Amino acid sequence: MFGLFCYYFMSVIKIQNISKHFGSLKAVDDLSFEVQAGQVFGFLGQNGSGKSTTIRMLLSLIHPTSGQIEIFGKRIEKDREAILEQVGAIIERPDLYPYLSAREHLELFAKVRKQKICEADINATLEKVGLAHRAKDKVQTFSLGMKQRLGIGIALVHNPSLIILDEPTNGLDPQGIADIRQLIQYLAKEEGKTVLVSSHLLSEIEQVAHQILIIHQGKKMVEGVTKELLDPEKRIVQIKTTDDANALKVIAASSFSNYLLPRSEGVYLKIPTREIPLLNESLVKAEVALLGIETKNSLEDYFLQITSNA
Amino acid sequence: MWSLIKVELYKIFSRPRTYIAFGAIAALIVVIQLGLKIDGDAYSSFLMKDINDTLTVDGKVLNGYLICYILLQLLLVHVPLLVALIAADMISGEANLGTLRLLFTTPYSRTRWVLAKFIAASIYTILLLIWLAFLALFVSMWIFGTDDLFLMKSNYVVLIEQNDVLWRYVGAFVFASFALLTVTSLGFLLSSLSSNSIGPIVGTMSVIVFFTILSTLNIPLFTIVKPYLFTTHMNNWKEFFDIQVNANNEAITGSILNIPKIKISLVVLTLHIILFVSASIIIIKQKDILS
Repeated sequence: MFGLFCYYFMSVIKIQNISKHFGSLKAVDDLSFEVQAGQVFGFLGQNGSGKSTTIRMLLSLIHPTSGQIEIFGKRIEKDREAILEQVGAIIERPDLYPYLSAREHLELFAKVRKQKICEADINATLEKVGLAHRAKDKVQTFSLGMKQRLGIGIALVHNPSLIILDEPTNGLDPQGIADIRQLIQYLAKEEGKTVLVSSHLLSEIEQVAHQILIIHQGKKMVEGVTKELLDPEKRIVQIKTTDDANALKVIAASSFSNYLLPRSEGVYLKIPTREIPLLNESLVKAEVALLGIETKNSLEDYFLQITSNA
Repeated sequence: MWSLIKVELYKIFSRPRTYIAFGAIAALIVVIQLGLKIDGDAYSSFLMKDINDTLTVDGKVLNGYLICYILLQLLLVHVPLLVALIAADMISGEANLGTLRLLFTTPYSRTRWVLAKFIAASIYTILLLIWLAFLALFVSMWIFGTDDLFLMKSNYVVLIEQNDVLWRYVGAFVFASFALLTVTSLGFLLSSLSSNSIGPIVGTMSVIVFFTILSTLNIPLFTIVKPYLFTTHMNNWKEFFDIQVNANNEAITGSILNIPKIKISLVVLTLHIILFVSASIIIIKQKDILS
């Protein structure tokens, strides 16, 4: 019981000041973060922001220029094999062997694990990723989405405690995306797995992650608990008018001036939800030609706000 | 380690490309055997035309043993090119597919994976050689029968009694396996440097062709480097078919004329294998897997 208690308060991943330079390019620059056990950790950033480079360093595919990586309390460069025994990962694209079937892939990767993986485990994994009906088909006949599912299956077949999913919804249709979201939630809630998931489909991360970290140009922009960062009590709204300059003047002179967000274009406010009707009323009274008030409170808006201010 | 080798072998033999080399060898050998079966007498008369006035040879000159020798002379130059098709693709092919990162995120060191891949490629090479031996020696013995082996060297002839031939072929094939494993390890090294298969395959073939030319040219400048080129030693399987003679110029059964030459060649080839594989391991261990 005490062991289980400790597990849930332990940092599964601890990254301290890692950097990776490719010549003069700083792909990752002095990045530090921790992922707690049993958590779904959302790792966000635009394409080329350094997410995949960081994940590759976590999996020892890339050697960091500096810094330290600990997984399960062990240093990756010293205890690589023991760490990777408990890790399942997909990295970017679902690259597989076109001449092998889905079942053959799982059987091959089961063979290179130290624990015993039986036929039933392979069948269960195929069911879990929705490929049981195509188990015997060669991967060259698979769609991108099916390859992605198989990639996730390979990551899960040995029942790892830490799952690292780099852009897992790439190439999936809306149903496939929803399935992966459910799978991530199931793995964390029902099986107590720790999941690090990176994506640029920010709405997906918003729905599954307990904690998020946003990086931009290899540097940490913001990190925190998803619910706190996306405070439901305060919403970002865009005031749509025919005359933004006049609207800005009216708001600046009102009690809502503290809520104004500095943006080069458009009128944005971060405002308590309960005050939105009052704002609407005051703008109407000031005869601002109002087209609408649009709530901008998704993680994507938040992400764009953070990165555009960088 | 064995599980990694099994995985690599499974992948090698699941690919249609693997069987091209087996098919090519079978096709070449069958064509040559067919040609010699139909027109063999004319061919042996042509071979013997220079010595017919001074020497009378009884028995079946064009027998299975001689056919095998002819086939080996022709094919052991080209088999390395077929070996390169697989060996030079072992790492670069996976880098190109993107599957190298799948392998390197399993709980095994890169060194183990590289060794497993090399051993799997070596098993493929040995199987190719066994296939060559089966077709060139045993099928030829079955089609053409057996007799004493009569070989014409540049300025002398060698006659080996038929009961003294088979072990020499065993030795020659074991030697050839070292030669082909050197090619495998070269292809492997070039494969570790690249992220696509074409470069290492063409590179391996080019190195073999270039070194073979250097090995065969009798220019003083090249003679300095010749002993260190693996291609100089690859053809020394033929030494198993040079025999010692006694004071009466009679062949000594079970003897080899120049055993030290074979030993030196084996050492040089083995050193090349160790060098190429070690270099591959060092390169892969230090490499960032970006594909």
